[in-house]
Amino acid sequence: MWELGSRLGFIPERVLAAPSTVAETFWALTASGELPANLLVSLARAAAGLAIALAVAVSLGLLAGLSRWGETVVDPLMQIKRTIPSLALTPLFIVWFGIGETPKIALIAVATTFPIYLNLFAGVRGIDVRLVEAARSFGLSGWSLVREVILPGALPSFFVGLRYALGVSVLVLVVAEQINAQAGLGHLINNARDFMRTDIIVVCLLVYALLGLSADALVRTLERRALAWRPSLVEQ
Amino acid sequence: MVQPRIRRRAFDTAAPSSTPIASPAVAPAVKLTGFVRQFGENRVIDGLDLSIAPGEFVALLGASGSGKTTLLRTLAGLDPIGDQDVTTPGARAVVFQDARLLPWKKVWRNVALGLKDKDVRARAEAALKEVGLGHRLDAWPSTLSGGESQRTALARALVREPGLLLLDEPFAALDALTRLKMHDLVLNLWSEHKPAVLLVTHDVDEAISLADRVLVLNKGKIAAEEHITLERPRAPDARFQAIRRRLLGHLGVEAPAPHEGALIAFPTGEAVQ
Ligand SMILES: Nc1ncnc2c1ncn2[C@@H]1O[C@H](COP(=O)(O)OP(=O)(O)OP(=O)(O)O)[C@@H](O)[C@H]1O
Ligand SMILES: [Mg+2]
Repeated sequence: MWELGSRLGFIPERVLAAPSTVAETFWALTASGELPANLLVSLARAAAGLAIALAVAVSLGLLAGLSRWGETVVDPLMQIKRTIPSLALTPLFIVWFGIGETPKIALIAVATTFPIYLNLFAGVRGIDVRLVEAARSFGLSGWSLVREVILPGALPSFFVGLRYALGVSVLVLVVAEQINAQAGLGHLINNARDFMRTDIIVVCLLVYALLGLSADALVRTLERRALAWRPSLVEQ
Repeated sequence: MVQPRIRRRAFDTAAPSSTPIASPAVAPAVKLTGFVRQFGENRVIDGLDLSIAPGEFVALLGASGSGKTTLLRTLAGLDPIGDQDVTTPGARAVVFQDARLLPWKKVWRNVALGLKDKDVRARAEAALKEVGLGHRLDAWPSTLSGGESQRTALARALVREPGLLLLDEPFAALDALTRLKMHDLVLNLWSEHKPAVLLVTHDVDEAISLADRVLVLNKGKIAAEEHITLERPRAPDARFQAIRRRLLGHLGVEAPAPHEGALIAFPTGEAVQ
């Protein structure tokens, strides 16, 4: 219908390109290497932001989960952070970090830290204390107790957080890349906007959607591997 | 084998030894004197004396809430004891009522939990073979039956060659037939490895068929004690029934008509106080 509308001229090229045009553009952009190159830049940004978020969230989540004072120190800060929408920090980050790569990565990191932290914290606190006790009775303590019992026990909940964070990272990527990007999908979109190339914009939107989907698929695969021990409610 | 012994906070003053010791020549594996444990106002253990000889099999009976688990946890080192005097072997192992296997570790890794030598896999494998689970080494715990889980928990305890094996109602959740098989298994393992055993149970018949000595916990103290000298395996004959009646009396239960013939498991329901 979209195709038909475009062909008959009901949907002008300026408003929305025809699917066939979009497909053509997709091939052209891929063949020229323009799309893959920019996609890689965007992926690298998301990955960098997520890596920082993972490091911070896992440290803070363990700190707050494993000790009373850790909770007292860390949790209120994280809860305050949660009440500020991450995207609202954009202007501040531009002032602080300029318009280079830093604010983009920082935005992604900040936005994805909380879901990972919160779920890991809940996972650590929700651990079956009877298992911890049994493990202690067999001589586990300190780091070995964390590694063998607490982390694996918190893993299901951690994965929930990770999946959520990946979704958020794509969302924030879209916004962050509007900040004067010299490369990346956002840059591609901005250029296309200036030349009113709706076909390129649609291609980029589709790629963003694909990114979100593949991120989810990736975590699902990781989850299936890591949680193979878990009897599943729904038969695989 | 001489077990390393732990004496948590020893007193210098000689403790009064009014406790009957099974074999007075040997130093006991477990010794508690005037032990007290309370939760708030609730004195669960109140001046309890207990002594278990190395290699002795002791069963502990008592009404629900009488403090059996509390005592076992103390001996396992899971609860704080303050500055009281508690002597136990260094190597202790617990089998809980719920097997408490780590669901994310395969069966053999559960057995090997916390072991540090090189050939832990071989040791875990040997222990699992001993309990008849040599074929489930790489299974996930969630795929085990209740009896298999408890056998895994037994293997996990025994692989440590404990000087004291603590069993907290390990068979309570099993069906009668499986329970009888587990009794044989425990007796075999016990005569093989000879740890001192403290078995907490609700089941008077279970206590009499397995233990050298049966204790009844009441009001925070050992209220009664029966030495069982019957030959193993123990048939529910007249002497068995006499012991059973006495123990049920200590538990405050009217002894029902004696069972003849087959060993019928006493209903595991709570003894009435
Ligand atoms: N952590 C705790 N805090 C407060 N009270 C406790 C705690 N643990 C046990 N108690 C109390 O101590 C008493 C003895 O409990 P315990 O679990 O030792 O009984 P039990 O003899 O093992 O009973 P059962 O046969 O039902 O397992 C109970 O009244 C219980 O409520
Ligand atoms: Mg109990």
